[in-house]
Amino acid sequence: MAYSDKVIDHYQNPKNVGTLDKSSKNVGTGLVGAPECGDVMRLQIEVDDFTGVIRDAKFKTFGCGSAIASSSLATEWLKGKTVDQALTIDNMTIVEELNLPPVKIHCSVLAEDAIKAAINDYRVKNGMEEIKFEESVVH
Amino acid sequence: MLKLPVYLDNNATTPCDPRVVEAMIPYFTENFGNAASRNHPFGWQAEEAVDYAREQVAKLVGADPKEIIFTSGATEADNLAIKGVFEMYASKGNHIITATTEHKAVLDTCKHIEKLGGEVTYLEVQADGLIDLNDLEAAIKPNTILIAIMYGNNEIGVVQPIRQISAIAKRNGILFFTDAVQAVGKIPVDVIKDGIDIMAFTAHKMYGPKGVGALYVRRKNPRVKVTAQLDGGGHERGMRSGTLNVPGIVGFGKAAELARLEMEHDAKRLGALRDKLETELLKIEEAYVNGNRDYRLPHVANISFKHVEGEGLLMGFNKNIALSSGSACTSASLEPSYVLKALGLGDDLAHSSLRFGLGRFTTEEQIDYTIEQITKTVLKLREMSPLWEMYKEGIDLNSIEWAHH
Ligand SMILES: Cc1ncc(COP(=O)(O)O)c(C=O)c1O
Ligand code: FES
Repeated sequence: MAYSDKVIDHYQNPKNVGTLDKSSKNVGTGLVGAPECGDVMRLQIEVDDFTGVIRDAKFKTFGCGSAIASSSLATEWLKGKTVDQALTIDNMTIVEELNLPPVKIHCSVLAEDAIKAAINDYRVKNGMEEIKFEESVVH
Repeated sequence: MLKLPVYLDNNATTPCDPRVVEAMIPYFTENFGNAASRNHPFGWQAEEAVDYAREQVAKLVGADPKEIIFTSGATEADNLAIKGVFEMYASKGNHIITATTEHKAVLDTCKHIEKLGGEVTYLEVQADGLIDLNDLEAAIKPNTILIAIMYGNNEIGVVQPIRQISAIAKRNGILFFTDAVQAVGKIPVDVIKDGIDIMAFTAHKMYGPKGVGALYVRRKNPRVKVTAQLDGGGHERGMRSGTLNVPGIVGFGKAAELARLEMEHDAKRLGALRDKLETELLKIEEAYVNGNRDYRLPHVANISFKHVEGEGLLMGFNKNIALSSGSACTSASLEPSYVLKALGLGDDLAHSSLRFGLGRFTTEEQIDYTIEQITKTVLKLREMSPLWEMYKEGIDLNSIEWAHH
């Protein structure tokens, strides 16, 4: 199947590939997926203490082009949002933005899961309660 | 001069050789007759062309022309062989032995046989993809009627010990069937020397047209029969009814003749190119060849690049290089290759594999280009891979509790 131009663009010029210091209190790390399933995504956010705004976001992904594009896009969207605003990013917005076909929806779900996992990691580190998310529908 | 795009998916299908197409063309237009029309020159011409093609095909594999049954391809030939033997030899037994790395056309036919009340043993292969002959002997039972083991594997190119398998079959009075789709026309296959009783092969993997294949059915020592699976006009000595695909068969014949004359040269050239490709790609850290490297088709290589995912990798160059991967992300079922899993490869390595199938029209420039592109893309994707980072930090990936979906 052919990829959309946006997927190709993110694949060729991924935004925010990299690693943040996961021991830092300001950094939340989400690691989702599994090597046996063919996809592993690690997404990190760095939150500003005063404003609660996500100053930086980085990712690394083992997976198909759509998974790489989904995580690249997610990091772009995360930057500049508050943690609460970040919680509103859902996988279907990613699907629409990247024009993902049905078989690639789970790649976007992975990105949404990674965002949630990163936020929870940040919350726990800073003495907040973990948010219980409902199981994502599409896996 | 580098010719793009590069086609390295010749195990999936090969282009038609232009000489094959040329031979076929008159049989669409002027000589369009039905080979079964006995009463006019149109039919005679068609029949003559089919007879000639049957000789060309038979000669390639050391068979008698009467032993060649034309079919619509290897899927049909696999079905006819297994179902046909199961029905024909029902009074002798109902047990079939095959292996887990066979093509789906064999495996799913065997599943069907099980539904019909037959019994099937699926031999596991060793880590290098070869079957263990002791396992084969141990699986034989008084009711075993057929051993079905492929010649060369379509994903890893591993060539099974055909002569030893056929000797075991003969010693035990069991028929031996082989799916030789990937081997015929690429390496010497000789039904007499190899001791093969029934064999499936297909034109479109040897520079012939799609939609035509053959089943070799031995006529003496022993005389083998298969029950027809299509009822109708009784073509092909009653074993396969249906108007013959004359242009396709003519093309198959021509392809067989070319393969017979050029196989040695092609195999030598492609073997050297494959070895170059493999040697260079193995210079990449954590790259592994899947399957036995000595008992292997000369034009095939299957390599895993650890910690990068196959489809993601293909995307780096698939505009210019056509390849396939054992990754789940490339398959409709989202399951990684069952052949690679059968070698005992972890799912992660199966996801990271690429299959290379070189062909008659592959050039050295194309191989050099492929080496360069793949090396570049693997390195780039590893910079993006969390698994590679963990591996480099010395973290044992098995120690992590992954959230399985
Ligand atoms: C080993 C093997 N057997 C059978 C087949 C099926 O052949 P055909 O496409 O002629 O039905 C293929 C090709 O896909 C193959 O590689
Ligand atoms: S990661 Fe497997 S399909 Fe996207």
